[in-house]
Amino acid sequence: MINLFLRRLMYAVPIAFGVSVVCFSLVYLAPGDPLQTILPSDASADTIAMVKAAYGFDKPLPIQFLKWLGRVMVGDFGQSIATRRPVVLEVTGALYNTSVLALFAVPIAFSTGFSMGAIAGCFPGKWIDRVLTGSAVLGVSLPNYWFGIVLVIFFAVEAMVLPATGMGANGSDQFNFLRWSDARYLVLPVITLSMVPIGIIARTTRAAVAEVMNQDFVITLRAKGLSETAVIRHVLKNALPQVLAVMGLQFGYLMGGSILVETVFTWPGSGFLLSKAIINRDVPVLQGTILMLALIFVATNLLVDLMQSWIDPRIRRT
Amino acid sequence: MSSPLVEVQDLNVRFVTRESTAHAVNGVTFSVQPGEVLCILGESGSGKSVTLRALMRLLPANKARISGSIKVDGQDVLALDAAGLSRLRGGLVSMIFQEPMTALDPVYTIGDQIVETIRRHKGGTKAAARARALELLELVKIPSAAQRLDNYPHELSGGLRQRAMIAMALSCGPRLLLADEPTTALDATVQIQVLILLRKLQADLGMGTIFVTHDLGVASEIADRIAVMYAGRIIEEGPVADILANPLHPYTRGLMASTVHGQSRDRDIDAIPGSPPDLRQLPPGCAFAPRCAQASGDCLTAPPEPRYPAPGRMARCVQVSAKTPEFA
Ligand SMILES: Nc1ncnc2c1ncn2[C@@H]1O[C@H](COP(=O)(O)OP(=O)(O)OP(=O)(O)O)[C@@H](O)[C@H]1O
Ligand SMILES: [Mg+2]
Repeated sequence: MINLFLRRLMYAVPIAFGVSVVCFSLVYLAPGDPLQTILPSDASADTIAMVKAAYGFDKPLPIQFLKWLGRVMVGDFGQSIATRRPVVLEVTGALYNTSVLALFAVPIAFSTGFSMGAIAGCFPGKWIDRVLTGSAVLGVSLPNYWFGIVLVIFFAVEAMVLPATGMGANGSDQFNFLRWSDARYLVLPVITLSMVPIGIIARTTRAAVAEVMNQDFVITLRAKGLSETAVIRHVLKNALPQVLAVMGLQFGYLMGGSILVETVFTWPGSGFLLSKAIINRDVPVLQGTILMLALIFVATNLLVDLMQSWIDPRIRRT
Repeated sequence: MSSPLVEVQDLNVRFVTRESTAHAVNGVTFSVQPGEVLCILGESGSGKSVTLRALMRLLPANKARISGSIKVDGQDVLALDAAGLSRLRGGLVSMIFQEPMTALDPVYTIGDQIVETIRRHKGGTKAAARARALELLELVKIPSAAQRLDNYPHELSGGLRQRAMIAMALSCGPRLLLADEPTTALDATVQIQVLILLRKLQADLGMGTIFVTHDLGVASEIADRIAVMYAGRIIEEGPVADILANPLHPYTRGLMASTVHGQSRDRDIDAIPGSPPDLRQLPPGCAFAPRCAQASGDCLTAPPEPRYPAPGRMARCVQVSAKTPEFA
């Protein structure tokens, strides 16, 4: 198992490297000159050259990249052009806020989606399957920001039982785990964010379970006299690797934060930060956020991979 | 004669879908004595597997319509409730399947799959069940059995997998073993080893056995009696030596003519021209008549009734001299 872990880790390293190359190139891929935003439009050629040298833009690209990578390795992503604060602080702050939501949305969405899909997959074609699969499709196809607004109108504006926006009392922009009453601020955004992953995971689980149910070995299990519960346990274990793959992706999306949902609930997370950085052409923030999110994706994939091969030994060999 | 272990009376299985109804098994009657080996012989699609699965009620409940009567060890299988069925399956009756790769759960070890069967029927601790599983693997002659317990199915060769399958089937001391072409998927040499093993275990443990095959050679090795199926009917039945020496039904004769020694087993139906009937639209008469050289007008009106020309022998063909059943 440790061997396997090291082998998978070796795959992850070049991927992470590739990701960093892409992030670095963002500055050059993005239309326009990154210096335009900070320099006055009438800046003299001398000033431009000076600023270029100050930011290191005068060096050849590979050198620039290596220098950048060296700084990134020690957690220095530079300064936000918009706020002048270190990018690390911006990014970690936003990621922290988003992960507060994910911390609740992930267990809720994953367990609900998995249970719905498992029940539907065990009774394909029955009414319960139709109801559950129908709800899953609805969850995926309704725009979640619209759903969020509906929830706000219902629970915040009409019933006034839950706050509409923000992270805590007095417009706090830091979620306080120790203040129990602040939990109310989580309810609506977490429900809104859970809709899509519930739908996607339910559909994947249903398909996987229904497929496994049709495999020959299920007849063997029944022929052994196992109870239906025991048979379903076998089936779920067989279906799990496929489901985990999708769960990993959904986890990545949740960590990326939803620009629209975070805007609706004024929740300053990574989606929020990304949209701000794009609007302000804040390239260092963009680079830092994207690199962090990409690394989270890579790490999640690694974890999913390991869990899959732990469950299904046939995956271990490839 | 002791009371039979299996008594099947007028078994019918239809598969009903919105578009059509397939008559997979049509009025099958047979019995198996304790310790006896009955081979069901027939070409692909003749209803052998469906008959076997009906004995354990393993057919999909939403599609399969079963009628008739099935008694195993005196129990009315078609009337069993879920608890009774689960006791029967794997306890009183076990099944071995054709494809040991797909018939075992790929994500559980061989040992776990045997242990779970033992504990389901006999209870006891995990350790005790594991010790028993090890004994079973040794019984079916799996080399280095202790390590094999922790292997997953894909880590074993086809022959070993099938042995593990057999070990699992034997784990709770069944009185009836159902084997659905257990050697067809194996290499020729492995096939013979597994066959010899099965025959020996069957005799040692005194299990009644129903062994499905489309290979006359295999049937002659292992069977006490043979039942030949065609289009969901048993068209001939009798002691193995008698049938081999003197087949009564034209279809059985055709089967034998095509398996004369040395011929490729895959082409075994070539000697009989034509192909089996569509089970969704069976002809009103003898289902074999369209392919039969000796068919006459009588054959086309109604399926021939069983005739019993000699003790223990039965054939459904108008040409067999119609004696009164000596014993029915
Ligand atoms: N679950 C099912 N649903 C619908 N039809 C089925 C089902 N199982 C079997 N049948 C049909 O019943 C008929 C008999 O099938 P069966 O599997 O018993 O044949 P067989 O004699 O075992 O053949 P083979 O040698 O190929 O295994 C076939 O026409 C098959 O299509
Ligand atoms: Mg079959």
